[in-house]
Amino acid sequence: MVMIGNQTPPQIDEPEIEIDVQNLDFYYGKHQALHDICMSVPKGMVTALIGPSGCGKSTFLRTLNRMNDIIGGTRVEGKIVIQSKDIYAPNIDVVMLRKRVGMVFQKPNPFPKSIFENVAYGPRIHGIKNRAQLQEIVERSLVRAAIWDEVKDRLHISGLELSGGQQQRLCIARALAVDPDILLMDEPASALDPRSTQRIEDLIAELRGDYTIVIVTHNMQQAARVSDYTAFFYEGHLIEFGKTERIFTKPNNKQTEDYITGRFG
Amino acid sequence: MAKKKTEKIVYGVIWFVTYLVVFMVGYIIFDIVIKGLPAISWGFLTQMPAKSGSQGGILPAIVGTFYLVIGTVAIALPLGIASAIYLNEYSKPSTFTRMIRLGISTLAGVPSIVFGLFGMGLFVLALGFGKSILAGSLTLACMVLPTIIVASEEALKAVPDSMREGSLALGATKWQTIYKNVLPYALPGMLTGSILGIGRAAGETAPIIFTVAATLLPRLPRSIFDQVMALPYHLYMLATQMPNQTTIKPMQYGTAFVLLVIVLGVDVVAIIFRSRLRRKNKW
Repeated sequence: MVMIGNQTPPQIDEPEIEIDVQNLDFYYGKHQALHDICMSVPKGMVTALIGPSGCGKSTFLRTLNRMNDIIGGTRVEGKIVIQSKDIYAPNIDVVMLRKRVGMVFQKPNPFPKSIFENVAYGPRIHGIKNRAQLQEIVERSLVRAAIWDEVKDRLHISGLELSGGQQQRLCIARALAVDPDILLMDEPASALDPRSTQRIEDLIAELRGDYTIVIVTHNMQQAARVSDYTAFFYEGHLIEFGKTERIFTKPNNKQTEDYITGRFG
Repeated sequence: MAKKKTEKIVYGVIWFVTYLVVFMVGYIIFDIVIKGLPAISWGFLTQMPAKSGSQGGILPAIVGTFYLVIGTVAIALPLGIASAIYLNEYSKPSTFTRMIRLGISTLAGVPSIVFGLFGMGLFVLALGFGKSILAGSLTLACMVLPTIIVASEEALKAVPDSMREGSLALGATKWQTIYKNVLPYALPGMLTGSILGIGRAAGETAPIIFTVAATLLPRLPRSIFDQVMALPYHLYMLATQMPNQTTIKPMQYGTAFVLLVIVLGVDVVAIIFRSRLRRKNKW
């Protein structure tokens, strides 16, 4: 069975490239987790990373904002070029990189602070102190993350008091507040109920165009619904990458076909 | 059936041992309260000692212990918390950090009299602080440092990594992350664990004998280079160095009672603080 995203992607033959991954190898100690990944992520589109557990899709996602740096004993070879800069070059400021490349985690992780302070955290870190300006950013981010109406009267309550789905949208708002160009999402809906999942997917559709979104998902229907491009990972290799519509209807690779038709994984 | 019998015997032994401990603690407190409370009066708490401490009050000892606790906290808390932050947040597991940890656990096992002699050698003599509040506080600080480091590390470990990752992913630096999104959640736990250790330091005698404690000094300290009397040492004096043991019994028990109230009071504050915190922080 095949499902296709309900929006047709803009008909551009040569989409502008936001993230260019060239011959990327990644190691945890001696174990090589990613092998020679080459992939061009188009700007303003939603790219889904699919594959069975342990295939390296989350590891790959975390190389894009260098979150793997905080794990000891990891090593990267190859290049990742974002906005014409190699993000693993020695002169790269990781702080500026992460400001441009936001991340939403699998398990919602609101800070044990008020809703307001959760969203204001990033802007404050980057030096915004003016209260009115912070208020403006918080409101804009919460509106953008489609949670403003639910929380506008109780911005002072702890982010932990919200439901799981609301917490995840709060985390998306928090990521949007630092005004990134790219949004990485690591199975953002896997811990949520179907209704909350639906809202997150709607939100992704809304953010599409303004942000380049890379989303890891276990759920192939979700990948088909939300993404313009799909990358299939298997055992640390990028097996196939292309337009979602094509990957799900005419996969070039036997393994891809077996995976999306549910023969393994 | 034999199994059931064993079960009963084991249960009985465990029950007995547990209540024995509770009983002993209860008895000590009961004994000191019953014999010490009658000696407590406004004068006892606010007057200078008279006749080598056999009469009068214990004000300088109370004030002395108070100053020593403040001094110990001021020195040991920043050092201990900084060490814990280094060990838990910055250092990677290596031979070097294993040696640091070994050092810390060894330090925790050093007898208190050894700390006393060490403090005398280093702070009193080599650094020339003399017998003083400064030397005594430094010595007590060395003694409670392992407790504070361990408690602070536990508190840091209790903060989920998702807090660190969430902050770093927003472009925060490591220090911003620690300062804004780890320490605030760990600090109450750090303080609670540390207070328990410091409460114990308040009751120690051996580390202060050679570094600060005055046998009889019926005035209040004037600077951190002054000697002071302290409750545990004063109690030791009253209990061992006085000829007329029977007549000064109330003085001994009164002093013990005040010391006990201070130490237990500190512990109770820490425990209340901790339980309120546990209710507040659910991730």
